[in-house]
Amino acid sequence: MGFLDDWAGFGVTFRTIFRKKFTEAYPAGPRTVKPRFHGRHQLNRWPDGLEKCVGCELCAWACPADAIYVEGADNVEGNNVSPGERYGRVYQINYLRCILCGLCVEACPTRALTMTHEFRLSDYTRADMIYEKQDLLAPLLPGMEEPPHPRRLGDDEKDYFLALPPSPDPATVENIPVPVPDLKGKSWKASWRPEDEKSERGSDSSRKGKH
Amino acid sequence: MTEVANKTDEVTCTIDGIEISVPKGTLVIRAAEQLGIQIPKFCDHPLLDPVGACRQCMVDVTDDGRGRPMPKPQASCTITCMPGMQIETGHVSAKAEKAQAGMLEFLLMNHPLDCPICDKGGECPLQNQSLSNGAAESRYDGVKRTFPKPINVSKQILLDRERCVLCARCTRFSEQISGDPFIALVERGALQQVGFYEDQPYNSYFSGNTIQICPVGALTSAKYRFRSRPFDLKSQVTTCEHCASGCELRVDQRRSEVLRRYAGDAPEVNEEWNCDKGRFGFEYGRGEDRITRPLIREGDVLRPASWPEAINAAVRGLQQAGAAGDHPYGVLTGGRLTVEDAYAYAKFARVALGTNNIDFRSRPHTPEESAFLAQAVAGTGLGTSYADLEHAATVLLVDLEPEDESPMVFLRLRKAYRKNRTRVFTLAPYASAGTRKMGGTVLPTVPGTEADVLDHLDPTEVPLDANSVVLVGERAATSPGALTAVLDLVHRTGAKLAWVPRRAGDRGAIEAGCLPNLLPGGRPVTDAAARVDVRAAWGTDALPSTPGRDGDQILAAVAAGELKALVVAGVEPADLRAPATALAALENVDFLISLETRISEVTARADVVFPVSLFEEREGTFLDWEGRERPVHPAVPTTQVMSDLRVLAALADALGTDLGIRSAAEARTELAELGVWAGARPDAPNAAPLQQVRPGPGEAILASWRELIDDSRGTDHAGELLATARPTVIRMNLDMANGLRDGSPIKVAWGEGQITLSLEIASDMVDGVVWVPRHPLSRGTEHASLGRLGAINGELVRIWTDETDPAFPAGGNEGDPR
Repeated sequence: MGFLDDWAGFGVTFRTIFRKKFTEAYPAGPRTVKPRFHGRHQLNRWPDGLEKCVGCELCAWACPADAIYVEGADNVEGNNVSPGERYGRVYQINYLRCILCGLCVEACPTRALTMTHEFRLSDYTRADMIYEKQDLLAPLLPGMEEPPHPRRLGDDEKDYFLALPPSPDPATVENIPVPVPDLKGKSWKASWRPEDEKSERGSDSSRKGKH
Repeated sequence: MTEVANKTDEVTCTIDGIEISVPKGTLVIRAAEQLGIQIPKFCDHPLLDPVGACRQCMVDVTDDGRGRPMPKPQASCTITCMPGMQIETGHVSAKAEKAQAGMLEFLLMNHPLDCPICDKGGECPLQNQSLSNGAAESRYDGVKRTFPKPINVSKQILLDRERCVLCARCTRFSEQISGDPFIALVERGALQQVGFYEDQPYNSYFSGNTIQICPVGALTSAKYRFRSRPFDLKSQVTTCEHCASGCELRVDQRRSEVLRRYAGDAPEVNEEWNCDKGRFGFEYGRGEDRITRPLIREGDVLRPASWPEAINAAVRGLQQAGAAGDHPYGVLTGGRLTVEDAYAYAKFARVALGTNNIDFRSRPHTPEESAFLAQAVAGTGLGTSYADLEHAATVLLVDLEPEDESPMVFLRLRKAYRKNRTRVFTLAPYASAGTRKMGGTVLPTVPGTEADVLDHLDPTEVPLDANSVVLVGERAATSPGALTAVLDLVHRTGAKLAWVPRRAGDRGAIEAGCLPNLLPGGRPVTDAAARVDVRAAWGTDALPSTPGRDGDQILAAVAAGELKALVVAGVEPADLRAPATALAALENVDFLISLETRISEVTARADVVFPVSLFEEREGTFLDWEGRERPVHPAVPTTQVMSDLRVLAALADALGTDLGIRSAAEARTELAELGVWAGARPDAPNAAPLQQVRPGPGEAILASWRELIDDSRGTDHAGELLATARPTVIRMNLDMANGLRDGSPIKVAWGEGQITLSLEIASDMVDGVVWVPRHPLSRGTEHASLGRLGAINGELVRIWTDETDPAFPAGGNEGDPR
């Protein structure tokens, strides 16, 4: 019990004074979110401006809240909206229903649907809360052209889909060290839920271990 | 006794350790299905001949019945059960399971992974099979076989050859079932594909069925392409409204809009098939011409009005007209109503309007036909059936072209011909494509002389007995004496008889009493006991006791000023015997009430128009040509308009009479309580055949019928369907053509009507006869009729050609035939 004991309780206070502020001045200032934040959806485009959405409705199928409505249509060759045969003519998300779970993004076979950091989803009428395709489409970046227009990146849709970064050679992949957290030889699941590990395949568990 | 007899033909085998006895010749896959054991399959279809193309249904035969195992897995869709056979499916045998998994991997090797954009995605047997039995990953890392896609097999069928698994279902269907082998498997190995003749597109009346039976998304419909996903659709089972075949349909709608129609599974009626008109012709109610509000005439225009105002106007008009005489009313109902709606018209005419002037036949008809229907059709219930056709030894067609006028009758007759060697005879001027596909024999007949041919049938040539069926079409009405002769023939030989009308509501309208000589249930108007029946059921004192006027007589009486008011529903004047006279009568009648779904030539002349609901919003029943009840259910929710029955009930209320029925269910109950007439049947018709007309110079006798896909309002907005209509041609024999070649333009005229058609030589056409489609359609264009002839079967038409050929048509003509 000495003189400093009375002041020791202020240690936290003094230490915090010189640290970076944790609070945010939202809405006066900007609000930052984590990189994987689930915000408003966006319908992405190919580099030439054609839409990635093919109107397949898998997002609507996956949606647990029945918030998405899609109608597909036939592309007119040379006047394409998307590179392939089919495009999404109608695309609506009802944000009064959407729970921003992201299952639609997982379901999307063309990476057309992703989520942005926009979270200020409020309005005065129900109708305004149903976002149409033009509200959801990604902005045109330099070099992009508003569809419909002919395919600029190749002769058919495969030139779009197959022009993704080439898959690495399996032989070299094995040489790249994959960072795995130290779980003492066990996967994440094995250490926390051993009963699940029995039904899990080996390759899957190592992938899950990264998260 | 029959059970014992059956037992001798049965074989007993064992599938997955379960013993089963099946009739001899049963395929192993059918026997397994009877046991509830599912064997994966793609090419196998119970209604098609086995082919063993996809090899997916592999089973292990551990004992072939003689104590030896079969060395390799067998396709269970091509081997029949043998006594003592031991079969193990993939559920118990590792060998069979490996074989099935291997086949699936082979099939998927070249199958594109475009399920997200494929119309079959979500209802695809291959997709389902891969999910339930397939491997999660493919071991194939080569380049998949690709084809340019999609290609049009016809205007409404698209073929995506990449997706095809070569099961040959479509080619077998077109060859075996419909008999239009315009598609076939061509090439070999990995390049094998469904091919077609470039210059002869796959224009079959039954092409839509190939879409339905395709186990992958290789065949898709241009109409339904990319329109929705299976999980968006709400399905309703109903009955097709386009003809009297009575096909069960599955109607799929999304957000209250019908997107597609599939054939339903009704083994006793349409099996699993339907025709393209029933499959693709469902958009007729979507045009600008749809009426949704009552209209009242004000001077020259029809203005929208409220329901009470329109009903008041109708009542006022009917009462004013009624003041002029003794019930000067007439009712024309057309043949497209459900039994319940037709019953409402029949009751409305008698109870509210006090008249027997009611006729459903919006087509050429005669008093002889009225008598025939009363004698042989009305109140006979389920008579001759599809099964009778299939098992008949001989079928005689009188004025009936089944492929055009009742497509399911055609398919059943073709099946009978293929499976049971049924002999089909037809009274026709030439062998049509449909006749040839049924293996039919033509009894050459000049239209109008059917009675003569029937009276002089050679029993050795056309053997008719109790195991034979005589099918008579509605066109027989226009041939004097033909229906009389048909009844004579049936009584003489004991053959079964069936009357096959064209329209879905015709048979029901007869039962409902929409004829001038018949009350509901086939009761003769002139029979006092029959009237007592009906009076008791309806709770009414007065019932007109004299037969009314038929359709033509009603229009004539209007022209003569005897009838002052008409109620018309679902009638196209162009279908009538004399369209111009009919239009004039509708124009000049004092008061005309029209109940319609769409603007028509009748509504344009009406004083009050009541909108009624579309077929897809209706509840009710159709009677098909057999007399079988076929249920109709609403596929989409009803909009603001009501059914005919409901409108008539409101109108009767306003007239001060209670119709006593407010819904289809009530009408059905009342009609069932009334039952059918058990008393003496009316006399058979006794009409004498007319003297055969002789074509003079430049003239020919007309043979004509409505083709399945022609200029009809029921196929409006179905552009792809209309594009598959047959070419509009005039057919005559080589002698008459006199050197002119196929494709030469020929002009045909009758009265004021005149049309130009291209020539097609039909070498077996009876001399002096030309065949012309009744409502020809210009190919590929929507609602662009070539004009109408107005003439009917058996009448003389003038024919000539603008190409200066004085010798045409042959037949001793001198000078200008015009």
